[in-house]
Amino acid sequence: MGPVTQTLSRLPALVPPPTVLPARAAALRAEVRAFLAQERASGAWSPRADVWLSGWDERFTRELGRRGWLGMTIPVEYGGHGGSALDRYVVTEELLAAGAPVAAHWVADRQIGPTLMRFGTEAQRRRYLPRIAAGECYFGIGMSEPDAGSDLAAVRTKADRVDGGWELTGTKVWTSGAHHAHAFFALARSAPPRDVDTGESNRHAGLSQFIVELDSPGVQIRPIPLLTGAHHFNEVVFERVFVPDAMVLGELGGGWAQVTGELAFERSGPERFLSTFPLLTAMLAELAGQPGAEREVGRLVSRLWALRSMSLAVAGSLESGQAPELAAAVVKDLGTRFENEVVDAARTLVAIPPDPGAEAGFARLLADAVLHAPGFTLRGGTNEVLRGIVARGMGLR
Amino acid sequence: MSSDSDLLDLAESIFADTGADLWKTLEETGLARLTLPESAGGSGGTLTDAAAVLQVAGAHAAPVPLAETDLLAAWLLHAAGLSVPTGPLTAVAGDLHVADGRVTGTLTRVPWGRTAAGIAVLTPSHVVLLTPGQVTVTEGTNLGEEPRDTVTVDADVPTTADAPAGAADELRLRAALGRAQLLAGAARGALARSVQYAGERVQFGRPIGRFQAVQQQLALAAAEVAAAGAAASAAASTAERDGCGAASTAFAVAAAKARAGESAGEVARIAHQVHGAIGVTREHDLRLLTTRLWAWRDEDGSEAYWQAQLGATVTAAGPDALWPLVTGMP
Repeated sequence: MGPVTQTLSRLPALVPPPTVLPARAAALRAEVRAFLAQERASGAWSPRADVWLSGWDERFTRELGRRGWLGMTIPVEYGGHGGSALDRYVVTEELLAAGAPVAAHWVADRQIGPTLMRFGTEAQRRRYLPRIAAGECYFGIGMSEPDAGSDLAAVRTKADRVDGGWELTGTKVWTSGAHHAHAFFALARSAPPRDVDTGESNRHAGLSQFIVELDSPGVQIRPIPLLTGAHHFNEVVFERVFVPDAMVLGELGGGWAQVTGELAFERSGPERFLSTFPLLTAMLAELAGQPGAEREVGRLVSRLWALRSMSLAVAGSLESGQAPELAAAVVKDLGTRFENEVVDAARTLVAIPPDPGAEAGFARLLADAVLHAPGFTLRGGTNEVLRGIVARGMGLR
Repeated sequence: MSSDSDLLDLAESIFADTGADLWKTLEETGLARLTLPESAGGSGGTLTDAAAVLQVAGAHAAPVPLAETDLLAAWLLHAAGLSVPTGPLTAVAGDLHVADGRVTGTLTRVPWGRTAAGIAVLTPSHVVLLTPGQVTVTEGTNLGEEPRDTVTVDADVPTTADAPAGAADELRLRAALGRAQLLAGAARGALARSVQYAGERVQFGRPIGRFQAVQQQLALAAAEVAAAGAAASAAASTAERDGCGAASTAFAVAAAKARAGESAGEVARIAHQVHGAIGVTREHDLRLLTTRLWAWRDEDGSEAYWQAQLGATVTAAGPDALWPLVTGMP
């Protein structure tokens, strides 16, 4: 098989080598588990599915901040804890597995903090990072628009140059938590879609990111209820909203590279396969003492274990400065499909109907999981778009 | 070995060279007994090293008993205090009768039985090393046309020892661990061939890889290849860190073999679909990979077997123990 060697070497690495968590991770994990056990015993909240979208609980978030479990990778001088992304991984996966209410800080902790460290000015960092790490400042993400979903470069929100800053006009949609949040990152067109040097048409050029305080004059926030009627998503409308020069994020015109660079972080975390984990735990409790489901349970657990191994491998690779874009896309494709597989196993193995009116327990978890499931394979880039990225990475397009 | 990438480069160059005597090269470079301690004539490598090499062997559909020799036979003989002979070896568990130096019985589906310089057999009480002169071999194969022979013995065998404690469980785990590496490698090989073919085969005026329908299928295959590779490598890493007797290793190997077995069928299906009719002919090399994927997914415990094992472990431990089991931290 002579030609195979060439063929093999042309195929990119699809997954980084395994990550072995540092020894200190065990102590940290134990601390988080002890805290969660105490919270559960106090009855402060019940485990829920899809908590990073729907579990908004500012008390819980501030408590995490007090314990040093937010902004873990932010340097100490900005109010963070100067830890590694693997420390944050351990805390995050424990919170998600427990079905704890993490939505209030989710975007700020996962994306805003690291992005401010990468692209933010000194003043921007000082303004937001200490409050993010304390669990007191909440953020949204303003990327999608009514006519720009998978095709993000089609954004039409425009930023017009005015004295001392920019004026934003346009509409953002699907912004989770904007009705509670203090600020968000908005992607807008600040220059025509042309390459600065060559003058040639380039729709990725001329996009910029702006930090918009959501109480600014001209910002309107309207609910977009989910199919359940629950209010998590919002439409955010700008009408000539003034953003000072000091709140431009990163480079003017560099918005495309900045937002796509964040995606490897956003796509491979434990939230891409643990959204229905509390349902899996509840399913096991309902199955206790009834033999016959071992194979299906084992199948799910083997897939979960493999996903976590892969997600951790990506986290370790990110920590060492790589950007494993293909592996991240694969984690999200497989992980979000796994979240759906748990739903189907639960509803076919346990004869308890889903009940959206139940306070807690299997029936409520199942109801929430079924009704939220379509979103799993859409958010953060649809799985079909991700497969296109994988195909391109393998040289097919 | 000076580093991981040196080892991989060495393995790549060896398995790619089809003109040479592959087994002889593996012996000469020390890869044939990679994990056996140096004091026993091995290379003193780790299970992670062995996993990386086996994945390369699988990607090339290498026709050698490398996992059987290094991970199974050399380990078993050394653990029992017997010396490890040179040449290709194999190892199986089997219910042979051992009394007064006389060994009798029949072993079925022995990997590479006909070519092995030694067959290490773990009986309920003993470890026995059989040599070619002591056995009668009836040839058989698996779906990938690899030897899976029936071996009959009725002979005085001087090389026997007591079975080490826990050897049966560890032999089963090591076999599944090695097979998972080979599966992950073969899946990667089949994907690589399919991606290459999709870039070359022109229909409707363009390479079929330009069609989104084909791209989406190959991306699904890539996800399966990634999952199999991640699971197989992570299981080896767990075994190296915690030891083969640890509960965490039993969990990891079960999960890895189950996951790699699931991916095998899906990758083989997509590889053949992309290759079209040429892929199902004798003349095309794709079969060397896909027939091994079909054979290996059922060997050393099918995904059904390991899923049931894993499910039983999880169910017995109870719902609150699931997450601690998955994270390997009780």
